Formats: sequence, structure tokens, C-alpha cells
Amino acid sequence: MTDIPVLGFVIQFFGFLIDQLPFIAHAAVAVAIPIALAALCGVISERSGVVNIGLEGIMLTAAFVAWITGVVAVGFLGPGEPTAIFGLTVPLLLAVTAAVLSGMVLAALHAWLSISIRADQIISGVILNIAALGLTGYLNTIISKQSPHGAGGFQALDVPKFLTDLPFVGWLINAIFDQGPIALSAIVLIIVAQILLFRTRWGLRTRAVGEHPRAAETVGINVIGLRYRNVILAGGIAALGGAYLSMELTTSFQAGMSAGRGFIGLAAMIVGRWTPIGALGAALLFASSSAIGRAIGFAAPNNDMGRFLDSIPPQFYDALPYLVTIIILAGVIGRSIPPAADGQPYERESAA
Amino acid sequence: MSEPQQPTRTQNAAVRLVMNAGSQIWSQLALPLLAIVLALVAGAVVIILTSALSPGKPMDFGLPLRAYGALLEGSLGSENGRVSTLVQAAPLILAGLGIGLGFKAGLFNIGAQGQFLLGAVACVAASQLVKDSDALIAIPVAYVAGALVGALWGFIPGFLKAVSGAHEVVTTIMLNFIGLALMSALISGPLRLPKSPQPVTPNVGDAALPILFGRDGHLGIVIAFLFVPLVWFVLYRTTLGFEIRAVGANPDASRYAGMKPRRLIALTMSLAGMLAGLAGTGNILGINHQMNATFSTTVGFDAITVALLGRSHPVGVMLAALLFGAMRAGAGLMQIQAGVPAQLVDLLQAVILLFLVASPVIRRVFRLRGVKSSLGTTETMAKTYGSEAIR
Repeated sequence: MTDIPVLGFVIQFFGFLIDQLPFIAHAAVAVAIPIALAALCGVISERSGVVNIGLEGIMLTAAFVAWITGVVAVGFLGPGEPTAIFGLTVPLLLAVTAAVLSGMVLAALHAWLSISIRADQIISGVILNIAALGLTGYLNTIISKQSPHGAGGFQALDVPKFLTDLPFVGWLINAIFDQGPIALSAIVLIIVAQILLFRTRWGLRTRAVGEHPRAAETVGINVIGLRYRNVILAGGIAALGGAYLSMELTTSFQAGMSAGRGFIGLAAMIVGRWTPIGALGAALLFASSSAIGRAIGFAAPNNDMGRFLDSIPPQFYDALPYLVTIIILAGVIGRSIPPAADGQPYERESAA
Repeated sequence: MSEPQQPTRTQNAAVRLVMNAGSQIWSQLALPLLAIVLALVAGAVVIILTSALSPGKPMDFGLPLRAYGALLEGSLGSENGRVSTLVQAAPLILAGLGIGLGFKAGLFNIGAQGQFLLGAVACVAASQLVKDSDALIAIPVAYVAGALVGALWGFIPGFLKAVSGAHEVVTTIMLNFIGLALMSALISGPLRLPKSPQPVTPNVGDAALPILFGRDGHLGIVIAFLFVPLVWFVLYRTTLGFEIRAVGANPDASRYAGMKPRRLIALTMSLAGMLAGLAGTGNILGINHQMNATFSTTVGFDAITVALLGRSHPVGVMLAALLFGAMRAGAGLMQIQAGVPAQLVDLLQAVILLFLVASPVIRRVFRLRGVKSSLGTTETMAKTYGSEAIR
């Protein structure tokens, strides 16, 4: 597999973290999930040559659609009987499905603008972001006046106590498995995507289309078709991250609740060198930086390091992911190089 | 009596000149105007559809007219409304000019937001240093501080692009968030007003801009409008402007012609950052007079739309800024009078942009010939994404 430089750093950082503040790990995973899903969307999209900075808008829209679908479904079907594991109900499942579909629709718009119209992909992404902010804010203002009942949220997996009490690995098992269904499937999705991207025909073709579309087309790959499929698929993945926000992290929608996670996702994608696992590592790194920042706020360790950490303004931890990304982009510590045809519209030879 | 006089050759030429000028202006304005009209129609559809969401109400087909009427009344219908439109337009003009300048050089500056915020923080900080002087000293000092820090926040991505090829879209997005965190840290820390219950800066004091007209028509508005001819002059009447446009049109050719694309990229981004920083400075010195740690604005992203809608031309940017200034100014009254949420403005903005980037389709559907595609200035941008260092 390709080299993943951040992973070692992540593990080291985690070791320190667990040593100092064991309870942070769980929060870090929960915070990292939507970032990692956004980053995975970016990886698949950009590996096929389409830049998507509309991730933020897709997540926000999906968070809203999930919530509002839950409201409507509960209105028609009643709240339903939750299952023992994860607390699944019919309205909740409908909500996730609708959210993923909404993300795919937005991504399809982006795909059409950037692949068929060959419009500027950055502007297209900006459109998604502004439209999502406007439409969800607009509808939320109208709907929240009636204070409707949502479908609630998913429950975390009930991990047996003897597993979480295990020495050395108990905290890890608790951090990873004491999560809801979206978070757990996200982790699986990322591992599967890593294998698909580097071990299968689809992955090879996707990377070919993102590195050298003309060469890909000469060997018979449908560049346009593959780009469309991947961008739309990736939109569904980012939407899953959005649904996580309003159905697993919380149980309702707030205006602007994606709060820059799509952009941190882009940062995680870059720091993770356009690989799914690397992006997950970067997302975990970023999430632990914000989790440790928050933990220091209310429980700084009472020693020299604790006092030092306490003297750092909490905003530093918010800014850290972006600082790391800029440093890596500038090539100061290890370079991160995007796919060669990333962001460039493709014109078929015969059409020219 | 004599026959009706035939027009002379000079008259013919004059008529042709006027018609040519007319069609040229039309070719520039057709798409933006069409995009605005189509967006208003799309907005009306949304208003009608969502009017049925309130319980027990049928679809209200008259609501769009009432909403747009209130929007118009709130922005242009009264003296206060008109002044408010100018107040809202002023920062959009400055930040829009900066983003437009970037487009001319083939640079996509998403960082106006961060440049605006840090310019704003800088002018507050500077105003504290000259607290006990008078306005004639305090205002220029605060303005210079805002401009310099804005320029610095624009210089960083420009410099990074010049030396390492790091794409300015990504670095400016990151710098927006770093700027936001820095602003919050400064206002909660060194700039905090002592003994204030919430983190908030002291008042800017003597650096507050004088009100020249209406309720809040401050000096900063005049300054913003003065930058329209200034930027136009720099772009179209100076060597620097020529080089900026040349680099945007073709970096390789401009290098062979002896220009220095790397230096120009860093300089253009700095100028763009300076303009956005001035926008933040004008807003703080003219309206807010102090900042709290959660200060936020929509200027950074509105300005992207303004620059695109105005085709990066200073006059176009000014007109687009006035349009969005009017919408922001009137949105409040629209929400109160017609019950249509103010976020409609964001939605309209997205639809305008959508129709602008989909201009090839629009041209085909509406059979517009000889109409310029509106986003021609951004064609060279995607080519330098990430990897390619500029020589």
C-alpha cells in the first residue's frame, strides 16, 4: 500500500493523549467521523479529477434533509419501535436514505457543471455552499416556528463492559465501538474504499482518469462516465457525514451546523495525501487536537506541561488543522501532491 | 421645398459609434442581467412553494410580489433604506474589487473573509495605540493598519503559491479559519476590554468615522467608492495593471515578455488582501466601533459573487455591490412585512451564480449571440491546482 506518513504521528499523538487524558479518545472518534467522511468524498472526487469544495454545502443539506425527512416520516408513520441495537426505526432509516440521496443530487449538479458544462469547479463548489446555507436557513426559519417533532437519533452500540475494561486496549475498543451505526459504517467504508482504490479495476481506472484522462480514454475507459459516477457516489458519502451530524452527534438540525467540517475534510484529504486511510488518520489527528483543546479547558493536568498547555489560547487548537495543512501544502514538512488532472475539465478528443 | 436631408457621412459614423457602444455594453450586461432576472423568478417559485408550509395556509401566489416589494421598499423606498444600501454596498465594493483584481491575474481569492476580519481587528488594535490623539491622526493610522494586515493575510497565500505552487483556493480557505481563530484569540486575550463580562474590544474612540449623510452614512462609504476609479486606473492605465492582466491571460507568455509572474502573483494577492482589509476597517470604524469574539460577516463570500457578477471590472463590481447591498439592506423589511426569511438573499445569490456559470446553456436556450461569456477571466485558474509551481 502507499505510504501513509501521518499514521505513525497519529498513533504517537494518541499514545500521549491516552496517557494524559484517557477519556478524550471517545470524543475524538466521534468528532473525526464527519470530517473523515467529508475527506473520503474529497478523495474519491479528486482522485477522478474533480475538485469539490462544495462538501460543506452537501453536508449541511444532508443534515437538514435527514432531520426534515424524520419529521415528515414521524408525522405519517408515528415514531416507530426502536430496535435493541442502534435504536433503528423506520423514520430514521428513511431519513438516512433521503439524506444520502440529497447529497447525490447536489453532487450530480456539481458533476454536470464541472464535467459537462466545464464550468470552473471552484465556483461550482461555492454555489453548492451558498445555496445550501441559504436554502436550509430559509426553510429552517419557516419550519422551526412550528417546533416539529423529529425522529430522534441513532443509539450507540452497547459494548459489553468486560471488553471496555480490558487493560491497554479497553479504551480503544470503547472509543471505536461505542458509536452509532453511521460512525461504525464510516470506518468500514473508509477501509473498503482504501482497498477498492488501490487494489481493484475500478480504483485503477479512477486513478487513471484523475492522473491522465487522455491516456485513460485511449485504453477505452469512459472518462466522462466514470467521473460522473464517482462524483455522485462521493456526494452520497459526504451526505452520510451530514446525516451523522443531525442524527447521531445530535438529534436535530441547527442552522449552519456543518460549521466548517467540510473544509476541515478538505484539509484532512490533503494531509492524508489523497488516500482514504490517510484521510481518516488526519481527521483523527485534527479531532484529537480539538478534543484535547476542550479537555484542557476544563481539566488541565496539574504539572508544568498542564500549565503550559493551559497558557495556549483554546483557539489555537481550532486553527491547528488548517496550520498543519498549509505547512504540508507549502512543502515544508513532506509534500502532498494532488492527482495531476485534478480540477481540469476533460474534453474528448473526438469532440475537439 | 427641399428634400428631406440625407444624413451626412459623419452623422452616419456617429450613429454607428453609438450603436456599437450600445451593443458592446449590451454584450457585457446581457448575461448578468438575465441571471438576475432568472434568479428572481426562481426565488418567486421558492417563495410560492414554501408559502404552503405554514399550517393551514394554501399556496400564496401574491407573496413573491409582496416580498420583492418589501425588499425594494426596505432598500430604496426611504432615506434610511437608501443609506443602508450604501452602507451594505461599501465593503462589498472594496472586497469585490480585490477578488476581481485576483481574477484578472488568474487567481481565485476565497480568502476575503479572513482578510476582512483581520483588517478589522488590526484597525481596532491601532485605534488603541493612538487613543489620545484626534480624528485626523487616529483615522489614517487605523486605516493604514487595517490595510497592511489585510495585505499581509493576502500576501501569505500569494507567496506560498509563488514559491511552492500551493493552490491559493486551498490556502485561502485554510487562512480564513486561521484568521477567525486568531481574531477570536486576540479579542478574548490582549485586545479584551478590561472587566468586560463577554470578550469584547474597547471602542475605537477617535478613529470612529464621521457620519456624512443620513443615519449612518459614514466616511468609509466615500472611501470605498473612490477605490472604483482608482482600481480601474491601476488596471487599465498603468504598467502594473497591464502586467497583472497579462499574467492572468497567459503566465508563460508574460514571463517570456520579461514580466515576473511569481512576484506579480504575490503582489496581486497582497493588493486583494489590502482591499478586503480596508472593507473590514471601514465597517468597524464606520458602524460597529468595537468587535466581540464572535464577530461574523457575510462580506467575504458575497464579494465572490459580486466580483463574478461584475465580471471583475471595477464598474461592474460597483454595480453588483450596489445590487447586493440593496438586497442585504432590504431583507430585514422583507422578513418582517412579508414573512419571507432573509436567507432568501443567499439563495438568490446562489442561483445568480448558477446561471452565470451555466452561461453556455443559457446562451443556447435564450439564443443570445455575440454575448460575452461572463467568466472568461477565470479560465487559467484550474490549470495550476496544487502541483505545478509557477516559474
